[in-house]
Amino acid sequence: MSDAAATPLLEVRQLAMHFPISEGIVLNRKIGDVKAVDGVDFTIKRGETLGLVGESGCGKTTTGRCILRLERPTAGQILFDGRDVNRMDRQELTALRRRMQVIFQDPYSSLNPRMKVGDIIGEPIKVHGVERDARRRRDRVRDLLAVCGLDPKFTDRYPHEMSGGQRQRVGIARALALDPEFIVCDEAVSALDVSIQAQVINLLEDLRERFGLTYLFIAHDLSVVRHLCQRVAVMYLGRIVEMAGGDELFDNPMHPYTQALLSAVPVPDPRIEAARAFRPPRGEVPSPINPPSGCVFHPRCPMAVAGCRETRPELRELRPGHWVACSEVS
Amino acid sequence: MPPLLEVRGLHTEFRTGAGLVRAVDGVSYTVEHGETVAIVGESGSGKSVGALSIMRLIPNPPGRITAGEVLFDGRDLRRLSEAQMREVRGRDIGMVFQEPMTSLNPVLTIGRQITETLEQHQGADRAQAERRALELLEMVGIADPARRLKQYPHQLSGGMRQRVMIAVALACNPKLIIADEPTTALDVTIQAQILELMKTLGGRFNVAQIIITHNLGVVARYASRVNVMYAGRIVEAGSADEIYHAPRHPYTMALLRSVPRLDQPRRARLDPVDGQPPDLTRLDGGCSFRPRCRFAVERCGREQPALERVGSGHLAACFRSAELLANQDVAA
Repeated sequence: MSDAAATPLLEVRQLAMHFPISEGIVLNRKIGDVKAVDGVDFTIKRGETLGLVGESGCGKTTTGRCILRLERPTAGQILFDGRDVNRMDRQELTALRRRMQVIFQDPYSSLNPRMKVGDIIGEPIKVHGVERDARRRRDRVRDLLAVCGLDPKFTDRYPHEMSGGQRQRVGIARALALDPEFIVCDEAVSALDVSIQAQVINLLEDLRERFGLTYLFIAHDLSVVRHLCQRVAVMYLGRIVEMAGGDELFDNPMHPYTQALLSAVPVPDPRIEAARAFRPPRGEVPSPINPPSGCVFHPRCPMAVAGCRETRPELRELRPGHWVACSEVS
Repeated sequence: MPPLLEVRGLHTEFRTGAGLVRAVDGVSYTVEHGETVAIVGESGSGKSVGALSIMRLIPNPPGRITAGEVLFDGRDLRRLSEAQMREVRGRDIGMVFQEPMTSLNPVLTIGRQITETLEQHQGADRAQAERRALELLEMVGIADPARRLKQYPHQLSGGMRQRVMIAVALACNPKLIIADEPTTALDVTIQAQILELMKTLGGRFNVAQIIITHNLGVVARYASRVNVMYAGRIVEAGSADEIYHAPRHPYTMALLRSVPRLDQPRRARLDPVDGQPPDLTRLDGGCSFRPRCRFAVERCGREQPALERVGSGHLAACFRSAELLANQDVAA
């Protein structure tokens, strides 16, 4: 195996992103931090899809934004292909942007309503000087539309003339325009209707295969994540509480939060639902401004013991490739 | 006993720049006392507009209820005066909307939003209303209710705001609660809490519920009967068990087949519903699901199939529903 294949495409080390909160207009002073991401480690291999799941405010989107360098993290490192993205100069960053792209959740607000579809997809190709010839650029845009399952005649349409599913395909075509290696999909199918969601999931899978893409798939829908991802990391209040191969995590969840999360998802079958013991986890997610001491899940945890209040559990590898941050499971 | 709610041939239209949209196009169904009925559909299927039409909350213009009857507890709500209708809303029928931040008044305290309803509909005085508000908040599982009564909606989490909405909806002991995507904006663990709460309270006070949702899991867990809507019409109606285990409309079958499920082995590929959702301004005389349907025949383009009985209490609007029964493994 060559070195390039051995190093992970992406490595996130001890990532932390704290947003300051301030008070007062005249004497503006900092009164605290929102610890959106608080010490996160993971790697993604080439060609792999890592799912990042959790409820709102768990820090999954902020993690994605740090990786894309849309935020400057408070601490930690993000190594893309071995290079720290926060130490790149302008030229390196431009090159990085070509290799790393993003698909956003809302196909309504992430496309410029005043631009035609052809210009939306063609813009990155133009900006990065990949194809200076206008006609060839147009051909490339048509190819991209076709790859994403849209009729090439859509180039002259505006986003509002399309359905949600079609718009999301335009967002995907734009992300593919520069032939990236890595795509952050931030809730990329969450806003779509049930009947359209499966189409777009299949498209993302086809593209992964065809172009050898690596995905970070950020989502809250566990069944979608299970379907698409080879490995899954579960986040809670800025930390990863469990990480394992997809099947392993869903068949054998070990962290009490993961278990609670999985049991809260209703299955589309009334017979199964009628037979299932069902106890939603108590309480709500605490504020990331003042997170609980020790294990952040302890106030809601059915297994919590006194020690959970004091020491923050580290991720431990309890089975091969299965990492859990809980002192009570073994 | 007659049903609590009977909707007959309801039609609601919107005049839009793109043309006339028949958002609700001849919808009929019933809700029995204490029963939970789900209305399932995707965006634009008419599920929310149908519910708002029952409450006569369609803004005119651009919208208009053009035909149909809404018999609630023996009275046709469409014939009531605006003043009488106001009495029904909030007293006999409570509503829970998707976004509790926009449906609660941001400048009134939580307490005031509840007491207002009580004073308006039940002629309670301030002190009585406040006692009852406290009781209601406790009932919907809000910790430290006395403090919460004095707070404003922005000081509460999304889950708590939805609990307040439920408290407001329950305040006057309604006979029916219409919940329009009550948990769509909430996280999955909070969604589970809210749905369990609605189920428990619905049972305790014998309140019938209409749950409008796109989430097939939520329906399976909470509804006894289900209406599936597509392009403004009910295409299939039946008990939850029939809808999930013996669907008789190609759309229902396709929808169930397309979702990834946690309880089944991972599939190599999902089996999506082909094509795009219908453009409601451009419907022709045929079945509106036809362009996406794997079973479509020539007749589907000429006539619109009526919603017909396919079993006791089970209705489907498809010319080929009898064959679909024989072909259940097509769906599996």
